[in-house]
Amino acid sequence: MPPRSSDHCAAPLIFEQGALGRANRYVESGKPLETFLPHRLLRDDLPLPDNSELDVVRHFTRLSHRTFGIDTGFYPLGSCTMKYNPRVNDAMANLPGMRDLHPWTDDALAQGALQVMYELERSLSSLFGMAAFSLNPSAGAHAELTALLIAKRYFKELGQTRRDKVIVPDTAHGTNPASAAMCGFKVISLPSDARGRVSLAEIEKVLGDDTAVCMMTNPNTLGLFEDDIRRIAAAVHAVGGLMYYDGANANALMGNARPGDMGFDLMHLNLHKTFTIPHGGGGAGHGPVGVAAHLVEYLPTPVVAWQADPDADPSLAPSDRLRFRLDFDRPKSVGPVRSFWSNFAHAVRALSYIYANGAQGLTKVSQLAVLNANYLRVKIGEFLDIPYDEPCRHEFVASAAGLKKRTGVRALDLAKALLDRGYHAPTIYFPLLVPECLMFEPTETESKETLDGFVAALREIVQTAERDPEAVLAAPVTTVVGRIDETRAARYPNLRWRPRGEALQR
Amino acid sequence: MYTPHTQADIAAMLETIGVASLDDLIRVPDDVALKVPLDIVPALPEYQIARRFAHFAEKNSGARATSFLGAGAYRHYVPPAVAALAMRGEFLTAYTPYQAEVSQGYLQTIYEWQTYICLLTGMDIANASVYDGATALAEGAIMAINETGRTRLLVSRAVNPNYRAVLQTYCSGLDVAIDELPIAADGGTDCSGVAAAVADKNYAAVILQSPNFFGVVDTLPKAAGQAALASETVPIAVIAEAMALGALATPASWDAQIVVGEAQSFGNALAYGGPYVGFIAATEKHLRRIPGRLVGKTVDKHGEPAFTLTLQAREQHIRRERATSNICSNQAHCALIATIYLALLGSTGLRDVAALNLERSRELASAVGGIDGCELRFNGPFFNEFVVRLRRPVEEVLAALRTRHILGGVPLGRFYPEYADSMVMTATELTTTGEIASLTAALKEIMHAPALV
Ligand SMILES: Cc1ncc(COP(=O)(O)O)c(C=O)c1O
Repeated sequence: MPPRSSDHCAAPLIFEQGALGRANRYVESGKPLETFLPHRLLRDDLPLPDNSELDVVRHFTRLSHRTFGIDTGFYPLGSCTMKYNPRVNDAMANLPGMRDLHPWTDDALAQGALQVMYELERSLSSLFGMAAFSLNPSAGAHAELTALLIAKRYFKELGQTRRDKVIVPDTAHGTNPASAAMCGFKVISLPSDARGRVSLAEIEKVLGDDTAVCMMTNPNTLGLFEDDIRRIAAAVHAVGGLMYYDGANANALMGNARPGDMGFDLMHLNLHKTFTIPHGGGGAGHGPVGVAAHLVEYLPTPVVAWQADPDADPSLAPSDRLRFRLDFDRPKSVGPVRSFWSNFAHAVRALSYIYANGAQGLTKVSQLAVLNANYLRVKIGEFLDIPYDEPCRHEFVASAAGLKKRTGVRALDLAKALLDRGYHAPTIYFPLLVPECLMFEPTETESKETLDGFVAALREIVQTAERDPEAVLAAPVTTVVGRIDETRAARYPNLRWRPRGEALQR
Repeated sequence: MYTPHTQADIAAMLETIGVASLDDLIRVPDDVALKVPLDIVPALPEYQIARRFAHFAEKNSGARATSFLGAGAYRHYVPPAVAALAMRGEFLTAYTPYQAEVSQGYLQTIYEWQTYICLLTGMDIANASVYDGATALAEGAIMAINETGRTRLLVSRAVNPNYRAVLQTYCSGLDVAIDELPIAADGGTDCSGVAAAVADKNYAAVILQSPNFFGVVDTLPKAAGQAALASETVPIAVIAEAMALGALATPASWDAQIVVGEAQSFGNALAYGGPYVGFIAATEKHLRRIPGRLVGKTVDKHGEPAFTLTLQAREQHIRRERATSNICSNQAHCALIATIYLALLGSTGLRDVAALNLERSRELASAVGGIDGCELRFNGPFFNEFVVRLRRPVEEVLAALRTRHILGGVPLGRFYPEYADSMVMTATELTTTGEIASLTAALKEIMHAPALV
């Protein structure tokens, strides 16, 4: 039986399809494996399904129809910067000269790739006010870990091994404390003040000669600008600590303010948020880590080094007159944090995006991201509580706590009802300090019409909730499945398909 | 800029918000306002961006050379159907599938990926991916460290040196020490000391890679594996060339309890080192320690089958500093590419690719091994790469090959001073007899030339 075609029918697993020997002739070898290796080194069986190319194409096309992306519709997922991913970036990453380059290629034959890394690194350093970036880490959390290892190494170098505390505000993302723990630091959680910000008075209570790093983001995860940031940084520096900037919210800042000027010593960027790298269902990302001058020598290996090319044509662009190499000889480095140099294809995408914008364009990007968020905040504020109701940056949080009290309808239910209306949900229940939290980040690539349509849909949902809560609690009803039994998923973990009968053998 | 706003839109929106100008809206305190001009690349229209990157790509002449490079990244044939499916916008532009009802398709691909990894490795469970092979090793080691409460690792010196360097970086944060197992004469790991070493119950894990960095099939001998298990030391297998799983006995067959590795070979481009995709698989008992996302199959409220992210109480967004790992974004799209690749190849195709890798690399080895001045360094059984010892200095030979547009191999001296006269050479199904012939001709010339250029 071929798979059924309706998107609403459960899609059979790839393992439940196909027939042994229904092979595609991508490669062909008539020789038994025993020709090359003794039998005892070989596997007994390889129980993968054989499917025709057509059936595989239908299978994954069908699964794509059951997947919501930015290309499908509005995706206001707070803290994730789900902006349009320009197709030209993918085309640049897929040029054969980029795609087919082996990471062990000699520097002399990879000058274009090194130049991409160089131009990206220099541009990011200027844009965020850092002395240098490393393109080594693969994502935001990976960069946090890298930066904290740098801090640890730096303090060790200074002989200050007592510094074992990392301070994180209660609005921080979960990766911040988790990264600190992976470096052996103890985590101190800092309560936000009534304005949703870190207060100088509160932080001074926990600062001391055991302070290693204070991790913050600005604007913070409530979308609010930490206007005391210079004084906070000064206080942390006064006790000898370092300031870390979580760059997940960098889309609010470009061309307007720089973490380096705020007093941050270390930072990361999520190029897969701010710089239009597609998230691809949860990765691959790219998380460069930036440092101030006193920490450059601790960056992971390798870094791209450059020197003037004496033979270069003087009429060329400045970066075309340089020779590049990967520099591994960095005695104070924390060492590499990944197999090879960077998520290079993503470095290409990010640089292509910077070329499309330039300094002025990126400045405009951040301005319009803030404009869209504030527009949405004011409109949504007409029917949902906005706990910190003041001009926000690129995102803001609303609360369904009042609605829940009146109607029983929670943030989760509003999220599910939005799915029925063709929208992705906002981030919910983060940051943790706002009850029934909904976090909206529209991004700059959405039009006023899209925002208006979204507001109308959400308004209608809230009105329905006030009138007929059951209708909202039943959502979603138009999706390929209804609400999921999460408890069962966790209680009876089924994490893989098994060949028939195999479960019994184990 | 990819922004749709007209002047009229901006004016209307500012009015709704109740501020006079964009500048008023975005103002920051004066002590942090940007005061210097930004020094970044100039803005270009799209047709000139294409020209600029074509220029960069042109300068990467190594991408067009005849290549015998491997050593952790592999050139394999990728059917065009892989990109045609993986680049569909729904997959490409989705976020982590937090809203399961509109992510059933992506969730199912992850469940299928987890299954493929289990079937290939012989393990019970696999996660949704980690950053790459090296970080998979580090995370796998951390699983063993947390499970045993021990802070020493026993690692073969034949494990990919990049992976060992990353493991070292991670361990420096956790104050974990690494001891090495030596390399035996045949290029495998000398495991004769394992039983004695693990007896004191000091080691969290014993770690071998197969095929190892020298291409040699390198498994834990039965007695060593049993000794490790008896002392609750976790045997960890590292797979840097996943294509070998199409032919070789599973790591489960030699007692590995955690299998970590790199799946770049399954359909992912070389791309100068990334993005690639790490995997972590394990026996059932390690379930609660596995890092990162897991997709489970369950039912929806109507009792219909459905997929969802599950066992999230292990993860950073719930557990914060007590999570099993800090990982959030992983390499989902690279795992999707691998899943599509495996679906297209099937067991027949994968077996055939593996057979071709074995065949082409043997053709290469006998051609190179037959040249006066080149010698196969180890005689252990290999998959698709091997070590060649050269009579002339390796760097000089490689430079001479480069002038003939040949990337001859990866020199070992930087990682193994004792093998400074050697390099790793790789052949895959894409290596042609013609390429081997030009390499052989060039090497003969170079080996016999009175002086090198
Ligand atoms: C505020 C914040 N910090 C850190 C991260 C972690 O980034 P990544 O997923 O790239 O590891 C995220 C991602 O969602 C985030 O929103």
